Amino acid sequence: MTLATDLMNYALVLAFVVVGLCQLMAMVRVVIGPGTADRILALDTMVINAIGLIVLMGLAQGTRIYFEASLIIAMLGFVSTVAYARFVLRGDIIE
Amino acid sequence: MTYEIVALYAVTFCLVVGSIFTLVGAIGLLKFNDGMTRLHAPTKVGTVGVGALLLASIIYNGVFGEGAVQELLIMGFLFVTAPISAHFIAKVNMHRGTCDTPPELPEDEQWATFDLPASDQELTKPLLSES
Repeated sequence: MTLATDLMNYALVLAFVVVGLCQLMAMVRVVIGPGTADRILALDTMVINAIGLIVLMGLAQGTRIYFEASLIIAMLGFVSTVAYARFVLRGDIIE
Repeated sequence: MTYEIVALYAVTFCLVVGSIFTLVGAIGLLKFNDGMTRLHAPTKVGTVGVGALLLASIIYNGVFGEGAVQELLIMGFLFVTAPISAHFIAKVNMHRGTCDTPPELPEDEQWATFDLPASDQELTKPLLSES
């Protein structure tokens, strides 16, 4: 039992570090991205990584109050990605 | 007892798989050198990466807590919306000309995303000429 718990704690720390690092790498792509599509894509990736970080935080603290927040972030991220893309495609969001 | 140990190992495996896929997606987002190929990598983060992290949470809360409903909701929502946003970003790539030109269609048809009504073509013209 203790070995398995230790391994899970190490994996949790590893996942925190890796997802945080990926958030930074996506941020680099937001800054340097040559085109509009790359910036939209990097922002979408950052939203998805934020959902992953919140899920990991709920797993680490053993609470369930964060999952509603990550559900809301998932919905807002999708809507904002589609709004950015539509703004570039049509020059207008709501026609 | 053994049941809980197996569950802990399964959670560990899911966490490692999720972090590997997230890392691969972020590296692909940084290293690829074309708009459409850059689109390929982060879509894997949206499905397998976050999906494995949510699976780890489902297993942990199912064994040690009281069930997991919100994770299933998040998973279903992400799996439904990830292809849609990727499709929209691919359309943006085609419109801004940051990818290879798609092949010509026979019988003077147009690709559906370029087949706009005249009023919308007025709107997109400044954007297209700028890129």
